[in-house]
Amino acid sequence: MYKLILPKRYLLRRKITYLAILAVALCVFIVVVVMTVMNGLVEGFRDKNHDFVGDCIISTDSLVGFPYYQELLSRLETEQYILAISPVAHSYGLLSRPGSDQNLGIEIMGVDPIRHSQVTGFGDFLHYHKNDPVAAFTPRYATDRMGCVVGIDKMWWQRDRAGVYTHSPTPPQMELILSTFPLTAKGALARADLDAVLTESFLYSDDSHSGLVKVDGNMIYIPLEKAQVLFGMDGDTPRISAIHIRFTSGTNLTAGTNKVRDVWGAFVTDHQNRTYADLLDHVRVESWIVNRRGAIAPMEKEQTMLIFLFLMLGVITVFIIFVVFYMIISYKSKDIGILKSVGASSADVVEIFLRFAAFVGLLGAVLGAGIGCAFLVRINDLEGWLFTNFNWQLWDRSVYAIGEIPNTIEWEVIGLIIAFAVLACQIGAVIPTIQAARRRPVEILRVNQV
Amino acid sequence: MSQILVSKRMFKSYRMGQSRLDVLKGIDFAMKPGEFVAIIGASGSGKSTFLHILGALDKPDSGEVYFENQRLDRFRGGQLNHFRNKMVGFVFQFYHLLDELNVLENAVLPAMAATGTFGWIKQKKAVTQRAKELLERMGLTQRLRHKPYQLSGGERQRVAIVRALINQPTLLLADEPTGNLDSETGRGILMALEELNRDGQTIVMVTHDERIATRAHRIVRLVDGIIVENG
Repeated sequence: MYKLILPKRYLLRRKITYLAILAVALCVFIVVVVMTVMNGLVEGFRDKNHDFVGDCIISTDSLVGFPYYQELLSRLETEQYILAISPVAHSYGLLSRPGSDQNLGIEIMGVDPIRHSQVTGFGDFLHYHKNDPVAAFTPRYATDRMGCVVGIDKMWWQRDRAGVYTHSPTPPQMELILSTFPLTAKGALARADLDAVLTESFLYSDDSHSGLVKVDGNMIYIPLEKAQVLFGMDGDTPRISAIHIRFTSGTNLTAGTNKVRDVWGAFVTDHQNRTYADLLDHVRVESWIVNRRGAIAPMEKEQTMLIFLFLMLGVITVFIIFVVFYMIISYKSKDIGILKSVGASSADVVEIFLRFAAFVGLLGAVLGAGIGCAFLVRINDLEGWLFTNFNWQLWDRSVYAIGEIPNTIEWEVIGLIIAFAVLACQIGAVIPTIQAARRRPVEILRVNQV
Repeated sequence: MSQILVSKRMFKSYRMGQSRLDVLKGIDFAMKPGEFVAIIGASGSGKSTFLHILGALDKPDSGEVYFENQRLDRFRGGQLNHFRNKMVGFVFQFYHLLDELNVLENAVLPAMAATGTFGWIKQKKAVTQRAKELLERMGLTQRLRHKPYQLSGGERQRVAIVRALINQPTLLLADEPTGNLDSETGRGILMALEELNRDGQTIVMVTHDERIATRAHRIVRLVDGIIVENG
């Protein structure tokens, strides 16, 4: 019983203990805040990539694309685990405005707006047609003309310091000219004998805000059939660049991707003797994670590095606890002598001080986590207040794509941090405790007597 | 009657930097149950070291120490803890009470140390009752919830005596129990020890004061680590 009473009393009566608790609380506070924000940034970035791709993608890097996709679409549509599919034609081109000599290099994606919205977040990315993608390519001010959706950063919308784009109430009337270089199925210029460049005029219909800088700054969406013409993917054997796939709810990503891979394998086997079958050779079936790895991995690496840096902060916590406990135990060595003189074992003494360390760790960690959570809940308000009163922001929203500071508290992470803090306190306390417990009572009591 | 405590050719020395300080130089000692023995000697004569070895707080370099015919100097681990907890009660010159515990908690500390949480819950009532009786006997009934810093020196020493007796040890060892007290208070402590001895408690008391030593049945005089008088 004294092994419970004594740690509790040490905790309440020793002022130096408050310093230890404060040190732990401070470390936990920093870790909770930074880990939550960093986790939020990474998770947010992953979600945006997921929304852009869908669950799975059959794609080729070749600008020529791959043929026989209608048959593949038919096969995929019969699969129970697939909710929706969207064929996409993708290539590069030039963007200009009438009367302007300036040409901008762009990516062009041809999509069926309804199908693509069922697979990806396309419908949600739109501004004037938000969640109403049917008319995405129909300009409101000229419904008989062909429209296009422009990546939001390609537009000239102003972005305020809070990161909000200022749209006019109605879409601006604007003509955009796309120039492409259509290719044959063999990869040659389709119009080599004519003018190699194919030019088509579109009206601005809407813009798309995916939250991915590269996409929003380079992409122009047009109807799939029009894109196929512009890329030379039309004709007797029409081609596409990719099929985006959304799985039904509850389908495991890896298992679903593997099943699609099987479907693709069978499809390739069935078409191996057909014309342009070689175009099927370089098509990949990937989950969205693998497909977007190039974009996500650097951020995940940063997160790993941060975790490593905070492990070092944990080492500092251990050292602080070690120093504090060294002082506390030196101060309480008389108690150890007394306890051993009345028959307490070395293990009992170790247990008392490790419990004391656990109390310090738990109290400090809960305090730090509590303050950290409270801080996170108000972090955006606080930043807003700082911006309003002192014109200070964590980052400039008019420059960076990230909007609010991520502050979703993950209780599993908080639990882990608390557990680690308690463990760190145990590690910090164990050496001075064992050292003290191993001393003979007479050594301690004689010194204290002097 | 058989001996309760025996030491044969007991030697003890300490390292003091490069040199060695011989504290005990072959002590032969024996005592019977129920005896009240005073060990007397000047400062540095080795009397406290001798008492610590008898109480298993320290070990001799050589020689034999027997407690109830068992080799005390060979006790290890749990055996040693059990001896300190159950067989012997120690009263120190500087009381050595735990500042964080109140009088009652300090008094029952050895009983708590003897058992786990559940064991303590089972025996708490009986032990607390015994502690209260002993504290009442020592005139501390009104001080049960006081912390050591709220007590006088004499009161602290009486709490230390109750703590030493709580597990009804066979042997009570007192190291200068009055050394830190004024004569009036010291007299009270001695009377308490005499009363306990009358009730059958075996006591070994270390002191440097001749007048205090005369209250014991027998005086053992130590000079430079050697017994020069035993009787």
